[in-house]
Amino acid sequence: MSTSLTTPQQDPDLNTPLGGVSLTAGQLPRGAAPTTLVAAGLAGLLLWFLADWDIVPCALLAAAAYVVIIYTWSRAVEGPRKATDRFVTAAVSGAFLLALLPLVSVIFTVVSRGVVRFDSEFFTYSMVGVTSEGGGIYHAMMGTLIITGLATLISVPIGMLTAIYLVEYGRGKLAKAITFFVDVMTGIPSIVAGLFAYALFVMMFGPGVRMGMAGAVALSVLMIPTVVRSTEEMLKLVPNELREASYALAVPKWRTILKVVLPTALAGIATGVTLAIARVIGETAPLLVTAGLTDGDNFDPFDGRMTTLSVFSYYEYQSPGLFAEASFDRAWGAALVLIIIVMVLNLVARAISKLFAPKTR
Amino acid sequence: MAKRIEVKDLDIYYDKFLAVQGVSMTIQPRSVTALIGPSGCGKSTFLRTLNRMHELVPNARVEGSVVMDDDDLYGANVDPVNVRRQIGMVFQRANPFPTMSIYDNVAAGLKLNNKRLKKSDMDDLVERSLKSANLWEEVKDRLHKPGSGLSGGQQQRLCIARAIAVQPEVLLMDEPCSALDPISTQAIEDLMLELKENYTIVIVTHNMQQAARVSDTTGFFNLQGVGKPGELVEIDETTRIFSTPSQKATEDYISGRFG
Ligand SMILES: Nc1ncnc2c1ncn2[C@@H]1O[C@H](COP(=O)(O)OP(=O)(O)O)[C@@H](O)[C@H]1O
Ligand SMILES: [Mg+2]
Repeated sequence: MSTSLTTPQQDPDLNTPLGGVSLTAGQLPRGAAPTTLVAAGLAGLLLWFLADWDIVPCALLAAAAYVVIIYTWSRAVEGPRKATDRFVTAAVSGAFLLALLPLVSVIFTVVSRGVVRFDSEFFTYSMVGVTSEGGGIYHAMMGTLIITGLATLISVPIGMLTAIYLVEYGRGKLAKAITFFVDVMTGIPSIVAGLFAYALFVMMFGPGVRMGMAGAVALSVLMIPTVVRSTEEMLKLVPNELREASYALAVPKWRTILKVVLPTALAGIATGVTLAIARVIGETAPLLVTAGLTDGDNFDPFDGRMTTLSVFSYYEYQSPGLFAEASFDRAWGAALVLIIIVMVLNLVARAISKLFAPKTR
Repeated sequence: MAKRIEVKDLDIYYDKFLAVQGVSMTIQPRSVTALIGPSGCGKSTFLRTLNRMHELVPNARVEGSVVMDDDDLYGANVDPVNVRRQIGMVFQRANPFPTMSIYDNVAAGLKLNNKRLKKSDMDDLVERSLKSANLWEEVKDRLHKPGSGLSGGQQQRLCIARAIAVQPEVLLMDEPCSALDPISTQAIEDLMLELKENYTIVIVTHNMQQAARVSDTTGFFNLQGVGKPGELVEIDETTRIFSTPSQKATEDYISGRFG
């Protein structure tokens, strides 16, 4: 309480000549914020249990109470600057918690409902001849891996070469046009990508065609722009000085790109590619129209229908048949497997970027 | 090794902008030529035309001639990559390759060009280059650690080692010490005096004491005004430039009256 040179209404930072400000200022007791938070939380819980209110208004009320108390208290003791700081801290943390809520809820639901079917049959059997309980997703897991793998094989070379062209060579109209179309491609709805791939394969194989390769092509359409974009960003981050250092050593341009630019950007590119895979691995609509659905194992992407996890999950939920509960369990199980795959991909991306990142020690 | 360079009536453009106009000078072999002048007068631009790095900027071009011992560097069938094989460059900011070890950085000129040497020959070359760059003692126990873990001064000497490992005829240095502390600067100046036994060295510097200390010949660049092209005001023996320059502008610049 020692900013006594100012009237309480004024911000001492703005209105006091700097020379006159005392170096000490009032401070809330240590642990003031957590204590207030716990108190507000307890009050909310009390309302929930005793007054039998809904949980949402209780939580909102507790949050509002915390903000009001900490702000007024801090303003009285610490002055307006710190009070504003505490207010903004509370607002930002609140926004973060709100954003986290759906994620936590989704994970909780999928895990709690998905683990029901985490047995060995689920991972080793297909759906051939299964009409009631039991059955497995082996065929769908393999389908997802094969189709996404093929899509990656198609997209990564095309996407990376496009990005290299744009960053290292592209000038003028052609580069502008490519950038424009990549932007447009980024916004293509996934069902349109599916219909495009379907139409393409109908032209080649006749109407009603369903095959894994068509699904892979549809996913590539979605994946290529992501790969181009992320690779482009990473290549742009490579300092021009490194290219010049290489040129000055009489290294031709293509070798400079291959041996200096790409290795320097590799960590970021690998991360980008992994995240692009994670992005398309859960696609449903385009695979529905291109790869279709089958109950049995089919690991040949050029011959006949192929099931993927998301399509499987969709069908089990959409047409459960007589043993609905068993179907729903399979759907949640497949969804959980998909989420785990995506999570693993994210971890792989982190590991890759650690592994390839230029080291200083 | 070490060649003479004759520059004649060189005009240097960035697209339509004439950055440097009418430069003629002779760069003597086995000597240090210093280029001084205020910022923006085109010293770096001029230096980069000597190993055809200038044309890496889109639409950049030159008119005039640069002749190294009878070969016109801008002749019809000259491959800029071959020019750079003979004229090496050290940059203002040390730029070791971050993905490579100290050893690989020095060997980069060969390795990036897929020149294969026997392991022992390569070891020799790396050791010799690091020794010429006065860096060997400091790094010999950590050759396979990343180059970016070194201090700024060490990194710059690593870049010099990298540049001389490919045994160029000429070494261009663009303000190699401007980001360094006095001790590292001293080390690099000593190095230049050693290197000029075997190489032709051209150095751009903002530090006039440095030019006076290390160079045999000094060229003074200036520009008439904003948007006007830079030009070579005069070039002469360093002692002459710093005692009795023939141009008023040089004298003003050197005595600190402007720039
Ligand atoms: N990449 C570039 N594109 C266009 N103009 C440039 C470029 N680099 C330098 N210039 C211009 O050329 C002139 C000389 O610059 P520079 O050679 O860097 O001067 P110095 O090295 O003497 O400080 C300046 O007017 C600068 O703006
Ligand atoms: Mg410069």
